[in-house]
Amino acid sequence: MSRYLLRRLLISVPVLLGISIVLFSILALAPGDPFGELALNPNIPPEVRFNLRKQFGLDDPLVVRYVRWLAAMLHGDWGYSFVSRLPVQQLILQRLPTTLFVLGSAYVLALLIALPVGILSAMKPYSFFDQVATTFAFVGYSLPTFFTGLLFILVFSIYLGWLPFIYSSTIEARGLAWVIEHLRQGAMPITVLGLFEAASLTRFVRSAMLEVIHQDYITTARAKGLTEYFTILKHALRNALIPVVTVVALQIPTIFTGAVITEQIFRVPGIGSLLIAAIESTDTPVVMAVTFVYATLVILFNLLADLIYGLLDPRITYG
Amino acid sequence: MRESDKTMAAVRMAPYGATGLAATRSQSLWRHFWRRFCRHHLALLGMTVLMVLTLSTLLGPMVYHHRINDIDFAVSLQGPSLAHPLGTDDLGQDLLARVLYGGRVSMAVGLVAMLIAILIGTALGATAGYCGGWVDHVLMRLTDLFIALPPLPLLLLVVYLFRDTMRRLFNPELGIFLLIVLVIGGLRWMQPARLVRAAFLSLKEQEFVEAAVALGTPPLRMVLRHILPNALSPVIVAASLGVGAAILAESSLSFLGLGFPPDMPTWGRLLFDAKDHLDSAPHWALSPGTMIFLVVLSINYVGDGLRDALDARKVL
Amino acid sequence: MSLDEAALREWVHRVVHGMADRRAFLRYMMGLGLSGPFLSHLLASSTPAQAQTPQPRADFAPTKRGGGGKVRLLWWQAPTILNTHLASGTKDLDASRVVYEPLAAFDSDANFVPVLAADIPSLDNGGLAQDGRAVTWKLKKDVVWHDGKPFTANDVIFTWEFAADPATGSTTTGSYADIDHIDKLDEHTVKVVFKEPTALWYDAFFGHRGHILPKHLFVQYKGQEARNAPYNLKPVGTGPYKIVEFKPGDVALYEINTQYHVPNRPFFDTVELKGGGDATSAARAVLQTGEFDFAWNMQVEHQVLSGLERGGKGKVLITTGSGIEHIQVNFTDPWTEVEGERSSLKKPHPFQTDPLIRQAYALAVDRRTVAEQLYGAGGQPSSNFLVAPSRFVSPNTAWEFDPKKAAALLDQAGWKRGSDGVRVKDGQRLKLVYQTSVNPVRQKTQAIVKKTFEDIGIAVELKAVNAGVYFSSDPGNPDTYSHFYTDIQMYNTGPGSPDPQAHMDKFTSWQIAQKANNWSGRNIPRWSHPEYDRLWKQAATELDPVKRATLYIAMNDLVIEHNVVVPVTWRHGVSAANTKLRGMDLTTWDSNLWRLAYWYREA
Repeated sequence: MSRYLLRRLLISVPVLLGISIVLFSILALAPGDPFGELALNPNIPPEVRFNLRKQFGLDDPLVVRYVRWLAAMLHGDWGYSFVSRLPVQQLILQRLPTTLFVLGSAYVLALLIALPVGILSAMKPYSFFDQVATTFAFVGYSLPTFFTGLLFILVFSIYLGWLPFIYSSTIEARGLAWVIEHLRQGAMPITVLGLFEAASLTRFVRSAMLEVIHQDYITTARAKGLTEYFTILKHALRNALIPVVTVVALQIPTIFTGAVITEQIFRVPGIGSLLIAAIESTDTPVVMAVTFVYATLVILFNLLADLIYGLLDPRITYG
Repeated sequence: MRESDKTMAAVRMAPYGATGLAATRSQSLWRHFWRRFCRHHLALLGMTVLMVLTLSTLLGPMVYHHRINDIDFAVSLQGPSLAHPLGTDDLGQDLLARVLYGGRVSMAVGLVAMLIAILIGTALGATAGYCGGWVDHVLMRLTDLFIALPPLPLLLLVVYLFRDTMRRLFNPELGIFLLIVLVIGGLRWMQPARLVRAAFLSLKEQEFVEAAVALGTPPLRMVLRHILPNALSPVIVAASLGVGAAILAESSLSFLGLGFPPDMPTWGRLLFDAKDHLDSAPHWALSPGTMIFLVVLSINYVGDGLRDALDARKVL
Repeated sequence: MSLDEAALREWVHRVVHGMADRRAFLRYMMGLGLSGPFLSHLLASSTPAQAQTPQPRADFAPTKRGGGGKVRLLWWQAPTILNTHLASGTKDLDASRVVYEPLAAFDSDANFVPVLAADIPSLDNGGLAQDGRAVTWKLKKDVVWHDGKPFTANDVIFTWEFAADPATGSTTTGSYADIDHIDKLDEHTVKVVFKEPTALWYDAFFGHRGHILPKHLFVQYKGQEARNAPYNLKPVGTGPYKIVEFKPGDVALYEINTQYHVPNRPFFDTVELKGGGDATSAARAVLQTGEFDFAWNMQVEHQVLSGLERGGKGKVLITTGSGIEHIQVNFTDPWTEVEGERSSLKKPHPFQTDPLIRQAYALAVDRRTVAEQLYGAGGQPSSNFLVAPSRFVSPNTAWEFDPKKAAALLDQAGWKRGSDGVRVKDGQRLKLVYQTSVNPVRQKTQAIVKKTFEDIGIAVELKAVNAGVYFSSDPGNPDTYSHFYTDIQMYNTGPGSPDPQAHMDKFTSWQIAQKANNWSGRNIPRWSHPEYDRLWKQAATELDPVKRATLYIAMNDLVIEHNVVVPVTWRHGVSAANTKLRGMDLTTWDSNLWRLAYWYREA
């Protein structure tokens, strides 16, 4: 196993390199211009735009640009944003706490809802509880987040006036008041996102549990006289978790890139809105940095997932 | 006859149907499967709803008298009425007509994109899971690559590169449609692939596989006939969720100007247009929202039925 | 009746010398649509009378600085850099204006208001040279930068050097390129000398292009280094507020400048400028929940806005605008590729070069419905390309919506309806592709236009391009507005300053956008006319304001007569503000925040 781990880690390096080349090429070839707005202004002569492009090396050949980026990366220099000229690390670190708070909590909320609901639904399939849970899951899932987000805003901010809907990253309170303010403004985006994730996660948990619950060894465990609680938790859940782990592992890295639409609706200054703003203004250094971190997280978490399969199902071996 | 004899007789007769005649193998297997499916009431309901929706979107626009772009500001933002059963939008256009017409596109996109994603994902995941070793390695790294790609610039690039070619090869509408389903489906196969692979990894080690190997089953048959049916459960969940996601993904493409032209009233687009009027005209958003909900729900139940029908251990 | 130039001059002369009734003159001119302040300017520039320096509006008169608490501003695009000379959009200009100030600003009537200048230069006080070549500015004394250093003439001269240097790549370069040199007459007086005599002296150092930069800080960051200056993110200005914290793409926080050079101002203690999200939710935050006090550029359907306004917490403010949302007609063929480019001058459009077709387009656009239903008070139908300032607006054009007449014109041009309702001529279908940017109001406008066009037999395919791509200047991207690879397209444009010279350069023959100039030319419809070229060149060197006005009016008329564009809506600025917020005096010629020092909240 440790040899496997070592091999995987070693291979990750060229894989990441390959991914970075593909990413960089896509960004370089995609249409768009960081200085697009200048085009609309009659007072700006065209030479200004061209000089700017030259200054940032936008017209250099692809290979040159890539090597330049790679060399800088290896020195820990993630580059400077074209738009605001801040070092990219600073931009990302400015937004990391908010992102972790909102998206991390949303995901934890999703797990807290999906696991019990999914398990209970599987234990009594097609019961009233299951039907209600399924309907809610599907209502939540068929509606895009911009929609549910807006619905929440209308109900909780506008009609009831309980919660603010514009997220502020500069709250000037202390101690308990600070915590409360953060919870108040985070409540809606976290819930919207959490429910959306929970909807799909519940379905996976339920279906995986259903598969397992009908196995013979579960019947055996019950026959042995083990309590239902024990049976489910110790025997069924462990085996049902494999697809769940897959889905969760695929989704945790997305916490880093944020949920673009929810961030937009609630104006949460997370990494998602940074990414989308950077993409729209073709701010390549920022996009490269964020997607590269994301790619690293993806590789890491998939490796973790593969290792966990081995733990959950001892029969799985990696040759 | 004694009770036990009756039971025994029933059990013996069951797989062959009421006539008691032994049908040919494949025919009986499919009919068997179909009968099991039909016993799943919710699955049948789901299937019916899907068929009703498909038929109404296909035939509806031909028989319904309102057109999708009859602009009439005098009746804008009205709720459901006799003249307009689902109400009107802010330009006074009839919502029922728009929902039916757009439904064709939305449902087609949802189903086809999902199928593409599932086919690619299952094929790659099965191969990776079954073969193991370096094949698994390479395929999984490929999967990682696709997962790591930022969808937005990729979409912009693909559409910009291929749109005109597609328009030329096929007619403009079909070209755009194919481009969109390929783009949506092509970026969603990773989850099914990983799910199938994970399932294969554990199923591969089970006794029935050992037995099949001992029997000399060739690999393809092994995968298709033996392992895959047991690995489908999470894939079916992913498929049903995938349809809804594909329908909504199409609407995101529209906001970016990459999808269908803005006057094509797909359900996602209708939802987007309706969002700013949620407090003044909720009926506008309800129609497309309910449609998407019905489609996703029905596919889910059909999926449940499929899974239960395929599961040999389940008693239906 | 129309007034020709000679008669107008004569009348002005008579009024100025007391030989004709001033009031009758003013009444008549206003009847033609010219605004009061411009008439004053017109008369003043011909008269030896007192120079006009309009006073700030009579607001409440505070007796101390500050005490107003926090004012919260919501922009739905977030500022990314706090230096107007390197700004990439209005959001940056506004965010910088809180900290920086120009020499003079424009108010809602385009009057000049002195800010860092002691007064406005004019012919009478000797500020403006008679030959139009120089302007002398007297600067305000006792002004200090936020770091305590004094504001002097050196800063003004440096700002010009900074902006005019091509290596800086400044976005305000165009306003400073015509300056030959600046003489420092003393610590608080400068004389700006232009390369050529010009009537356009009120561009450099004015409004959002004229923020003065501190020389002592920026001197190390000239030219290429400009974008690396830390002061782009932590600016030091002379304005009413100092920067406290700036998170690009998110929020900017400011606090009161206790050394501000206007006594007892500003009113508010702190300012928060938050960015991001979309226009509709920004409207909700001001009009429905009152979480914010002011929101900018409300590009929201007017039905939605009026619904939100009913809550009574906020109100919608309309500012007379200068932009015209218009449909451009492509004079070249976008569907044939010639030497690697489409829409090339070498291949004219198969049918849009026929004036009857273009006339039919103009008759088939339902401007009234678009303005009333989609824009409400935020827009009105227009028949002109040049819609502001009012003295340049042509009274000679009119618009008409008559689909029957349009259909008749198409018949006349030889296009007969085919079996599917679409007109055909010589085997070619009358089919258009109509593009614009992704924007709900624009998509609805497209739907309305398409409906009438299809009713009269023109097949229309709609296309909506992501705004970031549509307005980009990337030569490799075929979907930009300057490539114009469709038959017609629609967007909004207007003069960036109260003088239309650069704006009207959009129809000159040397500005035609083609591959050879990387599609950077500003003449997008690719139309040219020798008479237009001649008029433009003449206006560029004309100093007399009356003559200039007539020339620009004539240019506008030529464009409209030839139906090169179909003007759809004269768009006004729409903002949302808390009902208790006062003092903004919004104008289309300057930043929304130009008067931030005078804003206050009613008790």
